[in-house]
Amino acid sequence: MATIEAAVPDQGRGASTYAGGVWSWITTVDHKRIGILYFVSGLVFFLVGGVEAMLMRLQLAAPGNTLLDPATYNQLFTMHGLTMILLAVMPIGAGFFNYLVPLQIGARDVAFPRLNALSYWLFLFGALLLNSSFLFGGAPQAGWFAYANLTSSQYSPGHGMDFYILGLALAGTGSIVAALNFIVTILNLRAPGLSLMRVPLFTWMTLVVSFQIILAFPPFTIAIVFLLFDRMFGTLFFEPLGGGDPILWQHLFWIFGHPEVYIVVLPAFGIISEVIPTFSRKPLFGYPVVVYSGVLIGFLGFGVWAHHMFSVGLGPLANSVFAGLTMLIAIPTGVKIFHWIATMWGGAIRFRTAMLFAVGLIVMFTIGGLTGVMHASPPADLQQTDTYFVVAHLHYVLFGGTMLGLFSGMYYWFPKVTGRFLDERLGKAHFWLTFIGINLTFFPMHFAGLHGMPRRTYTYPAGLGFEGYNLTSTVGAGITLLAVLVFLYNLVRSLRSGERAGASPWGGATLEWSTSSPPPVHNFDWTPQVRSRDPLWHDGVELPAAEEEIHMPNPSYWPVVVAAGALTLAAGALIGLPVVLLGVAVMVGGIYGWAFEPIHG
Amino acid sequence: MERTNTGVPNEKMLMWAFIGSECMLFASLIATYLTYRGRSLVGPYPEDLLNIPFITVTTFVLLMSSLTMVLALSAVQRGDARGSRVFLLLTAVLGIIFVGGQAIEFSHFAGEGLGLSRNLFSSTFFLTTGFHGAHVTVGVIWLLSLWVLTMRGRLGPESSVKVEVAGLYWHFVDVVWIVLFTVIYLMSGS
Repeated sequence: MATIEAAVPDQGRGASTYAGGVWSWITTVDHKRIGILYFVSGLVFFLVGGVEAMLMRLQLAAPGNTLLDPATYNQLFTMHGLTMILLAVMPIGAGFFNYLVPLQIGARDVAFPRLNALSYWLFLFGALLLNSSFLFGGAPQAGWFAYANLTSSQYSPGHGMDFYILGLALAGTGSIVAALNFIVTILNLRAPGLSLMRVPLFTWMTLVVSFQIILAFPPFTIAIVFLLFDRMFGTLFFEPLGGGDPILWQHLFWIFGHPEVYIVVLPAFGIISEVIPTFSRKPLFGYPVVVYSGVLIGFLGFGVWAHHMFSVGLGPLANSVFAGLTMLIAIPTGVKIFHWIATMWGGAIRFRTAMLFAVGLIVMFTIGGLTGVMHASPPADLQQTDTYFVVAHLHYVLFGGTMLGLFSGMYYWFPKVTGRFLDERLGKAHFWLTFIGINLTFFPMHFAGLHGMPRRTYTYPAGLGFEGYNLTSTVGAGITLLAVLVFLYNLVRSLRSGERAGASPWGGATLEWSTSSPPPVHNFDWTPQVRSRDPLWHDGVELPAAEEEIHMPNPSYWPVVVAAGALTLAAGALIGLPVVLLGVAVMVGGIYGWAFEPIHG
Repeated sequence: MERTNTGVPNEKMLMWAFIGSECMLFASLIATYLTYRGRSLVGPYPEDLLNIPFITVTTFVLLMSSLTMVLALSAVQRGDARGSRVFLLLTAVLGIIFVGGQAIEFSHFAGEGLGLSRNLFSSTFFLTTGFHGAHVTVGVIWLLSLWVLTMRGRLGPESSVKVEVAGLYWHFVDVVWIVLFTVIYLMSGS
C-alpha cells in the first residue's frame, strides 16, 4: 500500500461534471451546491440585516432625530435581530456544514441528500415569507424575542406577528431536518479509521450544534403554535384575562433562545479551531479537551435560559441557580480560548487574512465573554438589563465572535470551494476596517448603557450625555459597512480573476485538502483510510488496493415541491382554507413522489 | 445495506434522533398542561367532563396496536407475506379506532360547552391531545402506505428497515400516550 505523506493530494483528478443552468441548482441534492446556496442566501440576508442596522444607527446619530418614526424603528430592530441570527448567521454556518462536513469525514455526500435539499428550501421559503411582511402591511414589531402579551391580536394588530410565526415555523423545520441529517452523517458516514476522537473540530462542533438544534427548536415551535392559536382561535395560553401567564412564553422562548446563542457561535469556534493550527503549523493544543469543552458548552447551554429573565422576579433561589450555571459556562469557554492561544504559542505563525480574523475572534469574544459574566450576576443584571450595555455585549459575541469566525472560514475555504484565492490585500483591508468599525460601534454602547440609555427606543433627548456615544457608534457602523463592501468587491473580483489555488493551498491537516479545488462531484476518487488525527500531517492516508465503484444520487425536484407545499400551507393560514388544503395536497403528493422516486438517497 | 460506522442503519438513526426531538415537543406541551392544571377561571373543568373508562378502552386499543406492530415487523422480517398484510392493516385499524375515540370525545366536550377558547383546560387539553392525535393519524397513513406495498408484494425482508422505522415511530407515539393518559386522565381527580 502506498502512503501519502505531508499533503500530496492525489484525489479528484477528473473534471467536475455538474450540469449547468438554474434548473440544475433547483433540483440539486449535492451537498457542495446546497452549501453554496445556503452561503449566498445567508450573505444576502446579512446585507439586508446590515441595511436595517444602518438605518437604526442613522436615526440614533443625533438626539431627537426624525429620520424614522417609532413604528418603523420597532419593525427594524425586530427584523434586524431575526434576520441576523436566523436568516444570516445560521445559514452561513449551515453553508459551511454542508460544504465541509462530508469532505472532512471522507464521505461522498450527506446521509440523506434529498432531505438536505428540503432543509434549504424550507429555510429559504420561510425567510422570504417572513420578509414579505414588509410588503403586506408591515413587519413584526415586538422584537425577535416577541414577548407575550405584546404579541396578542390586541397589542399586535395586523399580520406582522403572523408572518413571524409562519415564517419561523418553516425555517425552523428546515433547521431541524438539516440537524437530523448531519447527526446521522457524522455518526455513520465517517471514513475507515476516522474515529470520533479523530474527527476535525469543525465537524465536532457541527455535531454538537445539530443536537442543540433538534432539542432547542421544538419548545419554540410549541410556543409559536400556542401564539398562533391565541391569535387565530382565541385560546388563552398567554392571555392574563383568561388566567394565562405571559411568563410561559418567556420560558419557552429562552429554552430555545439561549441554546440558539451557542448554535450560532459554536460553528465559529469550530472554524477557528481549524484555522489556527494550520496557520501556526502546529496541531491543535489539547484536542480532546477542546472537544469536551465544546460538548460541555452545548450541554450547559440548556440550563441557563432564565438568566434572560432575572428582572421577571422568579425568586432568589431560581435566580441564584441560573446565575451559577451561567457563570459555569465561562469555564469551558475560557478553556477553549486558552487552548487556541496555546496552539499559537511557539508556532510558525503566518498572519494571512483567515488567521487575522481568527485571532480577532479570540480578542473580541473574550471582551464579550467578560461582560457576559458581569450580567450573569442578577444584581448587576438588574442595572444592565434593557440598556445598551446588553446590546454591546451581544454584539461583541455575535459579530466579534461568530461573524469574525465565519469571515475567517470564508478566507480559509474559499480556495477549496472556487479554486481561487481571495485577494490578501483587500482581505487585510476588510479585516482592519471590520475590527476598527465594530469596536467603534459597540464599545461606546457599554458606556451609553451604564449611563442608562435604554435599548429598543427610537430616539433620546439631548442633554443626557448620550450624544457622543451614539455619534461614535454611527460612525463605526459606517466603517463596518465600508468593510463589508470591500469584502463583496473582493468576493466578486476573486471569483473572476483571483490567483489560482491548488488542492492544498495552506497545507491544512484535514481530509478536505486531499482532494482537488474545487472538489469533483463525488468528492474523493477513493475512500481515504485515516490513521491519525491530522491525516495530512502525520501517518498519511492509505491508498486502497482496488478501484471503487461510485454511485452518486440523482437530482430531484421533489424536495422543492414539498417545501413549496409547506409554503403554500403557511401562506394559506393568512389567505384562507382553500389555500391551506392546496398546500397540504401539494405536500402529500410531494412526499409520495419522493418516497417512490427510484433513486438512492 | 450500506456499511455505517455505528452498525445502525441511517434510516433508523434518523428516526431515533427525530424521536429525541419529538420528546422536547411533547415535553413542552406536557409542561404547559401541568403548569396550567387547575387554573381555569370558568368551567367546565376536567373532572366534569373526562370519561376515564371510555378513554381506558381506547388506550388499551392503542397499546394493543404496539403488539400488532411488533408482529407485523416480525412477519416482514421472516418474509411472511400474509402475516405482514394482516398485522400492518390491523395496526392501522387499531390506530383508526383510537383516533375515532378521540373524535367522539372532542365532539362530546364541544357539546358540553368546552370550546377551544373556553378556558385554560380546553386550550391545553385540545392542543396536547390534538398534537398526539395528529401524530397517530400520520402513523396510520404511513402504515396504510406500507400495507399497500405489501399487497403489491413490494415489501420483503430486504426492505424490513422501512417497517422497523415506522414501528419505532408508532411505539414512540404509544409511549407518549401513556404519559398523556396518566397526566391528563389518571391525575385529573386531585
